Amino acid sequence: MIVAERKPMADIKDMLAGRKNVLIVGCSECVTVCQAGGEKEVAVMAAALRLMRETDGDPIAVETETVTRQCDPEYLEPLQKKVAACDCILSMGCGVGVQFLAEKFTATWVVPALNTRFAGGTVEAGVWEERCGLCGECVLHLTGGICPVIRCSKSLLNGPCGGSQGGKCEVGKGEIKCAWQLIYDRLKGLGRLDLLLQPMPPKDWSRAKDGGPRRTAREDAQL
Amino acid sequence: MAGTAEFTPKIVAFCCYFCAYSAADLAGSMRLQYPSTVRVIEVPCSGKVDPLMLLEAFLAGADGVYVAGCMEGDCHFLRGNFRAKKRVLATKRLLDEIGFGGDRLEMFNLSGSMGPRFAEIAHEMTERIKKLGPSPLRRAGVSSGALTAAGQPGKEGEQA
Repeated sequence: MIVAERKPMADIKDMLAGRKNVLIVGCSECVTVCQAGGEKEVAVMAAALRLMRETDGDPIAVETETVTRQCDPEYLEPLQKKVAACDCILSMGCGVGVQFLAEKFTATWVVPALNTRFAGGTVEAGVWEERCGLCGECVLHLTGGICPVIRCSKSLLNGPCGGSQGGKCEVGKGEIKCAWQLIYDRLKGLGRLDLLLQPMPPKDWSRAKDGGPRRTAREDAQL
Repeated sequence: MAGTAEFTPKIVAFCCYFCAYSAADLAGSMRLQYPSTVRVIEVPCSGKVDPLMLLEAFLAGADGVYVAGCMEGDCHFLRGNFRAKKRVLATKRLLDEIGFGGDRLEMFNLSGSMGPRFAEIAHEMTERIKKLGPSPLRRAGVSSGALTAAGQPGKEGEQA
Protein backbone atom coordinates (compact mmCIF):
# COMPACT_ATOMS: atom_id res chain seq x y z
CA MET A 1 0.00 0.00 0.00
CA ILE A 2 0.92 3.65 -0.25
CA VAL A 3 1.91 4.87 3.20
CA ALA A 4 1.25 8.48 4.11
CA GLU A 5 1.20 10.62 7.23
CA ARG A 6 -0.61 13.79 8.21
CA LYS A 7 1.11 17.09 7.54
CA PRO A 8 1.69 19.35 10.54
CA MET A 9 -1.49 21.29 11.36
CA ALA A 10 0.45 24.54 10.91
CA ASP A 11 0.99 23.65 7.23
CA ILE A 12 -2.67 22.74 6.79
CA LYS A 13 -3.65 25.99 8.48
CA ASP A 14 -1.52 27.97 6.01
CA MET A 15 -2.94 26.10 3.02
CA LEU A 16 -6.49 26.85 4.14
CA ALA A 17 -5.88 30.51 5.01
CA GLY A 18 -8.77 32.60 3.78
CA ARG A 19 -10.92 29.57 2.92
CA LYS A 20 -14.35 29.54 4.56
CA ASN A 21 -15.89 26.35 3.32
CA VAL A 22 -13.79 23.22 3.03
CA LEU A 23 -14.63 19.73 1.86
CA ILE A 24 -12.39 17.08 3.40
CA VAL A 25 -12.17 14.02 1.18
CA GLY A 26 -10.85 10.78 2.62
CA CYS A 27 -9.97 7.55 0.83
CA SER A 28 -10.94 4.02 1.87
CA GLU A 29 -7.87 2.34 0.41
CA CYS A 30 -4.21 2.54 1.47
CA VAL A 31 -4.47 5.64 3.66
CA THR A 32 -7.25 4.00 5.66
CA VAL A 33 -4.98 1.05 6.41
CA CYS A 34 -2.05 3.28 7.42
CA GLN A 35 -4.50 5.33 9.51
CA ALA A 36 -3.73 8.62 7.81
CA GLY A 37 -6.74 9.47 5.66
CA GLY A 38 -9.64 7.07 6.24
CA GLU A 39 -13.12 7.87 7.52
CA LYS A 40 -11.93 8.10 11.12
CA GLU A 41 -9.00 10.38 10.36
CA VAL A 42 -11.28 12.56 8.24
CA ALA A 43 -13.64 13.00 11.21
CA VAL A 44 -10.74 13.86 13.51
CA MET A 45 -9.36 16.33 10.95
CA ALA A 46 -12.79 17.96 10.58
CA ALA A 47 -13.10 18.39 14.35
CA ALA A 48 -9.51 19.64 14.68
CA LEU A 49 -9.97 22.12 11.82
CA ARG A 50 -13.15 23.51 13.31
CA LEU A 51 -11.52 23.80 16.75
CA MET A 52 -8.44 25.46 15.26
CA ARG A 53 -10.33 28.02 13.23
CA GLU A 54 -12.83 28.79 15.97
CA THR A 55 -9.92 29.27 18.39
CA ASP A 56 -8.50 31.76 15.89
CA GLY A 57 -11.85 33.54 15.69
CA ASP A 58 -12.15 32.67 12.02
CA PRO A 59 -14.71 29.82 11.83
CA ILE A 60 -14.70 27.49 8.89
CA ALA A 61 -17.53 25.34 7.56
CA VAL A 62 -16.39 21.75 7.16
CA GLU A 63 -18.03 19.03 5.08
CA THR A 64 -16.64 15.51 4.87
CA GLU A 65 -16.80 12.56 2.51
CA THR A 66 -14.73 9.40 2.27
CA VAL A 67 -14.70 7.77 -1.14
CA THR A 68 -13.90 4.19 -2.06
CA ARG A 69 -10.80 5.25 -4.03
CA GLN A 70 -9.58 8.71 -4.88
CA CYS A 71 -7.40 7.28 -7.66
CA ASP A 72 -10.42 6.22 -9.72
CA PRO A 73 -12.45 9.00 -11.40
CA GLU A 74 -15.73 7.07 -11.16
CA TYR A 75 -15.67 7.31 -7.37
CA LEU A 76 -15.17 11.09 -7.52
CA GLU A 77 -18.26 11.69 -9.65
CA PRO A 78 -20.72 11.59 -6.69
CA LEU A 79 -18.76 14.39 -5.01
CA GLN A 80 -19.98 16.96 -7.58
CA LYS A 81 -22.64 18.50 -5.35
CA LYS A 82 -20.46 18.88 -2.28
CA VAL A 83 -17.57 20.21 -4.35
CA ALA A 84 -19.84 22.86 -5.88
CA ALA A 85 -20.72 24.07 -2.39
CA CYS A 86 -17.14 24.39 -1.10
CA ASP A 87 -14.32 26.81 -1.84
CA CYS A 88 -11.53 24.31 -1.24
CA ILE A 89 -10.96 20.56 -1.13
CA LEU A 90 -8.61 19.13 1.50
CA SER A 91 -7.63 15.70 0.23
CA MET A 92 -6.68 13.09 2.78
CA GLY A 93 -5.68 10.70 0.03
CA CYS A 94 -2.15 10.07 -1.21
CA GLY A 95 -0.54 12.31 -3.82
CA VAL A 96 -2.38 10.38 -6.53
CA GLY A 97 -5.74 11.12 -4.93
CA VAL A 98 -4.97 14.82 -4.66
CA GLN A 99 -4.12 14.96 -8.36
CA PHE A 100 -7.16 12.98 -9.46
CA LEU A 101 -9.37 15.34 -7.45
CA ALA A 102 -7.63 18.35 -9.02
CA GLU A 103 -8.03 16.87 -12.50
CA LYS A 104 -11.68 16.09 -11.92
CA PHE A 105 -12.68 19.38 -10.31
CA THR A 106 -10.75 21.86 -12.40
CA ALA A 107 -12.45 24.94 -10.96
CA THR A 108 -11.81 24.05 -7.31
CA TRP A 109 -8.63 24.55 -5.29
CA VAL A 110 -7.35 21.20 -3.99
CA VAL A 111 -4.73 20.88 -1.24
CA PRO A 112 -3.08 17.83 0.37
CA ALA A 113 -3.48 17.05 4.07
CA LEU A 114 -0.95 14.22 3.91
CA ASN A 115 2.67 13.71 3.02
CA THR A 116 2.87 10.60 0.84
CA ARG A 117 5.84 8.61 2.09
CA PHE A 118 6.39 5.23 0.45
CA ALA A 119 5.07 1.88 -0.76
CA GLY A 120 5.16 -0.42 2.22
CA GLY A 121 3.27 -2.52 4.71
CA THR A 122 2.31 -2.90 8.36
CA VAL A 123 5.08 -4.57 10.38
CA GLU A 124 3.22 -4.18 13.69
CA ALA A 125 0.19 -2.22 14.83
CA GLY A 126 0.95 1.44 14.20
CA VAL A 127 4.26 0.82 12.41
CA TRP A 128 4.69 0.82 8.64
CA GLU A 129 7.84 0.12 6.67
CA GLU A 130 8.94 0.61 3.09
CA ARG A 131 9.19 -2.55 1.03
CA CYS A 132 9.06 -1.58 -2.65
CA GLY A 133 11.06 1.00 -4.56
CA LEU A 134 8.72 0.90 -7.59
CA CYS A 135 11.77 0.36 -9.82
CA GLY A 136 9.72 -1.17 -12.61
CA GLU A 137 11.93 -4.25 -13.00
CA CYS A 138 11.45 -6.68 -10.14
CA VAL A 139 14.40 -8.82 -9.03
CA LEU A 140 12.77 -10.46 -6.00
CA HIS A 141 12.99 -13.90 -7.66
CA LEU A 142 16.78 -13.62 -7.46
CA THR A 143 17.00 -12.36 -3.91
CA GLY A 144 14.72 -14.66 -1.94
CA GLY A 145 11.86 -12.18 -1.82
CA ILE A 146 13.89 -9.43 -0.15
CA CYS A 147 14.25 -6.25 -2.20
CA PRO A 148 17.82 -4.95 -2.44
CA VAL A 149 16.65 -1.86 -4.34
CA ILE A 150 14.75 -0.36 -1.43
CA ARG A 151 15.87 -2.28 1.63
CA CYS A 152 19.60 -1.81 0.96
CA SER A 153 20.44 1.80 1.80
CA LYS A 154 22.68 1.95 -1.26
CA SER A 155 20.31 -0.06 -3.50
CA LEU A 156 23.19 -2.43 -4.25
CA LEU A 157 22.35 -5.25 -6.63
CA ASN A 158 25.49 -7.18 -5.72
CA GLY A 159 25.99 -6.66 -2.00
CA PRO A 160 26.69 -6.44 0.80
CA CYS A 161 29.04 -3.50 1.17
CA GLY A 162 31.61 -2.91 3.92
CA GLY A 163 29.03 -1.04 5.98
CA SER A 164 27.29 -4.26 6.98
CA GLN A 165 28.19 -5.03 10.60
CA GLY A 166 26.54 -7.76 12.63
CA GLY A 167 23.61 -7.87 10.24
CA LYS A 168 22.96 -4.13 10.57
CA CYS A 169 23.43 -1.32 8.08
CA GLU A 170 25.85 1.50 8.86
CA VAL A 171 23.09 3.94 7.88
CA GLY A 172 20.83 4.95 10.76
CA LYS A 173 21.27 4.07 14.41
CA GLY A 174 21.28 0.32 14.12
CA GLU A 175 17.58 -0.03 13.38
CA ILE A 176 18.10 -0.90 9.70
CA LYS A 177 18.83 -4.53 8.93
CA CYS A 178 21.37 -5.17 6.16
CA ALA A 179 19.26 -6.28 3.19
CA TRP A 180 22.08 -8.38 1.80
CA GLN A 181 22.56 -10.17 5.12
CA LEU A 182 18.82 -10.93 5.06
CA ILE A 183 19.08 -12.12 1.46
CA TYR A 184 22.08 -14.34 2.28
CA ASP A 185 20.39 -15.85 5.34
CA ARG A 186 17.19 -16.55 3.45
CA LEU A 187 18.87 -18.05 0.39
CA LYS A 188 21.06 -20.20 2.68
CA GLY A 189 17.98 -21.43 4.51
CA LEU A 190 16.31 -22.28 1.24
CA GLY A 191 19.44 -23.94 -0.17
CA ARG A 192 19.68 -21.45 -3.03
CA LEU A 193 23.03 -19.76 -2.37
CA ASP A 194 23.83 -20.59 -6.00
CA LEU A 195 21.76 -17.57 -6.98
CA LEU A 196 24.45 -15.34 -5.46
CA LEU A 197 27.12 -16.77 -7.76
CA GLN A 198 25.62 -15.01 -10.74
CA PRO A 199 26.37 -11.26 -10.65
CA MET A 200 23.37 -9.09 -11.39
CA PRO A 201 23.78 -6.77 -14.38
CA PRO A 202 22.98 -3.05 -14.01
CA LYS A 203 19.25 -2.35 -13.93
CA ASP A 204 17.37 -0.47 -16.60
CA TRP A 205 16.58 2.62 -14.55
CA SER A 206 14.57 4.12 -17.41
CA ARG A 207 11.80 1.85 -16.15
CA ALA A 208 12.00 3.59 -12.76
CA LYS A 209 11.07 7.21 -12.03
CA ASP A 210 14.09 8.54 -13.91
CA GLY A 211 12.39 7.88 -17.23
CA GLY A 212 9.61 10.44 -16.71
CA PRO A 213 6.01 9.75 -15.64
CA ARG A 214 5.25 6.08 -16.19
CA ARG A 215 2.20 4.68 -17.87
CA THR A 216 0.89 1.17 -18.29
CA ALA A 217 -1.74 0.42 -20.91
CA ARG A 218 -3.42 -2.92 -21.48
CA GLU A 219 -5.49 -3.17 -24.59
CA ASP A 220 -7.51 -6.10 -23.27
CA ALA A 221 -8.54 -4.11 -20.22
CA GLN A 222 -9.60 -1.07 -22.20
CA LEU A 223 -13.20 -0.52 -23.23
CA MET B 1 -21.09 35.08 28.44
CA ALA B 2 -19.28 34.55 31.70
CA GLY B 3 -16.05 36.51 32.23
CA THR B 4 -13.03 34.92 33.90
CA ALA B 5 -13.98 36.38 37.33
CA GLU B 6 -17.31 34.52 37.47
CA PHE B 7 -16.17 31.70 35.24
CA THR B 8 -17.70 28.32 36.02
CA PRO B 9 -16.04 25.72 33.83
CA LYS B 10 -17.84 22.96 32.00
CA ILE B 11 -15.81 19.80 32.28
CA VAL B 12 -16.57 16.47 30.67
CA ALA B 13 -15.24 13.37 32.40
CA PHE B 14 -15.18 10.08 30.49
CA CYS B 15 -15.26 7.59 33.36
CA CYS B 16 -14.55 3.88 33.11
CA TYR B 17 -17.45 1.81 34.46
CA PHE B 18 -15.08 -0.42 36.47
CA CYS B 19 -13.26 2.30 38.37
CA ALA B 20 -13.93 6.03 38.10
CA TYR B 21 -17.67 5.62 37.59
CA SER B 22 -17.88 3.43 40.70
CA ALA B 23 -15.58 5.87 42.51
CA ALA B 24 -18.00 8.67 41.63
CA ASP B 25 -20.79 6.56 43.08
CA LEU B 26 -18.75 5.99 46.23
CA ALA B 27 -17.96 9.70 46.49
CA GLY B 28 -21.72 10.27 46.44
CA SER B 29 -22.37 7.61 49.10
CA MET B 30 -19.66 9.15 51.25
CA ARG B 31 -21.35 12.53 50.86
CA LEU B 32 -18.14 14.00 49.50
CA GLN B 33 -18.43 17.43 47.97
CA TYR B 34 -17.03 17.96 44.50
CA PRO B 35 -17.68 20.70 41.97
CA SER B 36 -20.81 20.54 39.86
CA THR B 37 -18.63 21.59 36.92
CA VAL B 38 -17.99 17.94 36.08
CA ARG B 39 -20.32 16.09 33.71
CA VAL B 40 -19.69 12.37 33.94
CA ILE B 41 -20.01 10.14 30.90
CA GLU B 42 -19.83 6.43 31.60
CA VAL B 43 -17.73 4.35 29.23
CA PRO B 44 -17.31 0.56 29.38
CA CYS B 45 -13.52 1.01 29.56
CA SER B 46 -11.25 4.05 29.22
CA GLY B 47 -9.94 2.25 26.13
CA LYS B 48 -13.27 3.01 24.49
CA VAL B 49 -12.32 6.69 24.32
CA ASP B 50 -10.84 7.83 21.03
CA PRO B 51 -9.51 11.23 19.92
CA LEU B 52 -12.71 12.09 18.07
CA MET B 53 -14.81 11.75 21.26
CA LEU B 54 -12.44 14.10 23.05
CA LEU B 55 -12.45 16.69 20.25
CA GLU B 56 -16.25 16.49 19.93
CA ALA B 57 -16.56 17.27 23.64
CA PHE B 58 -14.53 20.44 23.15
CA LEU B 59 -16.55 21.31 20.05
CA ALA B 60 -19.72 20.89 22.11
CA GLY B 61 -18.45 23.62 24.43
CA ALA B 62 -16.44 21.84 27.11
CA ASP B 63 -13.75 23.97 28.75
CA GLY B 64 -11.93 20.88 29.94
CA VAL B 65 -12.09 17.15 29.38
CA TYR B 66 -10.59 14.27 31.26
CA VAL B 67 -10.50 10.53 30.97
CA ALA B 68 -10.50 8.50 34.16
CA GLY B 69 -9.43 4.88 33.89
CA CYS B 70 -8.28 2.09 36.16
CA MET B 71 -4.91 2.05 37.88
CA GLU B 72 -2.16 0.94 35.52
CA GLY B 73 -2.03 -2.84 35.49
CA ASP B 74 -5.57 -3.13 36.86
CA CYS B 75 -7.62 -2.57 33.67
CA HIS B 76 -10.60 -4.93 33.51
CA PHE B 77 -9.76 -5.39 29.82
CA LEU B 78 -6.02 -5.62 30.58
CA ARG B 79 -4.68 -2.82 28.40
CA GLY B 80 -7.56 -0.43 27.76
CA ASN B 81 -6.20 2.24 30.10
CA PHE B 82 -2.80 2.14 28.43
CA ARG B 83 -4.48 2.64 25.06
CA ALA B 84 -6.46 5.54 26.50
CA LYS B 85 -3.25 7.05 27.87
CA LYS B 86 -1.64 6.99 24.42
CA ARG B 87 -4.72 8.44 22.75
CA VAL B 88 -5.05 11.19 25.33
CA LEU B 89 -1.38 12.05 24.85
CA ALA B 90 -1.77 12.15 21.05
CA THR B 91 -4.87 14.33 21.39
CA LYS B 92 -3.07 16.68 23.80
CA ARG B 93 -0.35 17.08 21.17
CA LEU B 94 -2.96 17.77 18.49
CA LEU B 95 -4.68 20.35 20.70
CA ASP B 96 -1.33 22.06 21.25
CA GLU B 97 -0.65 21.96 17.52
CA ILE B 98 -3.90 23.73 16.69
CA GLY B 99 -3.41 26.35 19.40
CA PHE B 100 -6.35 25.20 21.53
CA GLY B 101 -4.14 23.99 24.37
CA GLY B 102 -3.45 20.40 25.40
CA ASP B 103 -3.62 21.35 29.10
CA ARG B 104 -7.39 21.34 28.84
CA LEU B 105 -7.25 17.56 28.48
CA GLU B 106 -5.96 15.07 31.02
CA MET B 107 -5.88 11.39 31.90
CA PHE B 108 -6.28 10.12 35.47
CA ASN B 109 -6.03 6.67 37.00
CA LEU B 110 -7.96 5.53 40.05
CA SER B 111 -9.76 2.48 41.39
CA GLY B 112 -13.41 1.94 42.25
CA SER B 113 -12.64 2.28 45.96
CA MET B 114 -11.10 5.72 45.56
CA GLY B 115 -14.15 7.93 46.10
CA PRO B 116 -12.12 10.68 47.79
CA ARG B 117 -9.63 10.65 44.89
CA PHE B 118 -12.51 11.08 42.44
CA ALA B 119 -13.62 14.21 44.30
CA GLU B 120 -10.01 15.39 44.45
CA ILE B 121 -9.60 14.99 40.68
CA ALA B 122 -12.80 16.95 40.09
CA HIS B 123 -11.42 19.78 42.25
CA GLU B 124 -7.98 19.55 40.65
CA MET B 125 -9.34 19.73 37.11
CA THR B 126 -11.79 22.50 37.96
CA GLU B 127 -8.98 24.61 39.42
CA ARG B 128 -6.79 23.98 36.39
CA ILE B 129 -9.51 24.97 33.93
CA LYS B 130 -10.43 28.03 36.00
CA LYS B 131 -6.82 29.16 35.66
CA LEU B 132 -6.85 28.50 31.91
CA GLY B 133 -10.11 30.41 31.51
CA PRO B 134 -13.05 29.62 29.23
CA SER B 135 -12.51 27.52 26.13
CA PRO B 136 -11.48 29.66 23.13
CA LEU B 137 -14.76 28.55 21.55
CA ARG B 138 -16.82 30.01 24.37
CA ARG B 139 -14.71 33.14 24.46
CA ALA B 140 -15.39 33.60 20.77
CA GLY B 141 -19.06 32.87 21.39
CA VAL B 142 -19.06 30.17 18.77
CA SER B 143 -19.82 27.13 20.93
CA SER B 144 -22.73 25.11 19.68
CA GLY B 145 -24.08 25.19 23.24
CA ALA B 146 -24.56 21.43 23.28
CA LEU B 147 -23.54 21.47 26.94
CA THR B 148 -26.33 23.23 28.74
CA ALA B 149 -26.22 25.55 31.72
CA ALA B 150 -27.41 22.66 33.86
CA GLY B 151 -24.29 20.85 32.87
CA GLN B 152 -25.86 17.92 31.09
CA PRO B 153 -25.45 17.21 27.41
CA GLY B 154 -28.63 18.22 25.67
CA LYS B 155 -30.13 20.16 22.83
CA GLU B 156 -28.98 23.66 22.07
CA GLY B 157 -30.55 26.21 24.34
CA GLU B 158 -31.97 23.56 26.64
CA GLN B 159 -32.24 24.73 30.23
CA ALA B 160 -32.13 22.91 33.54
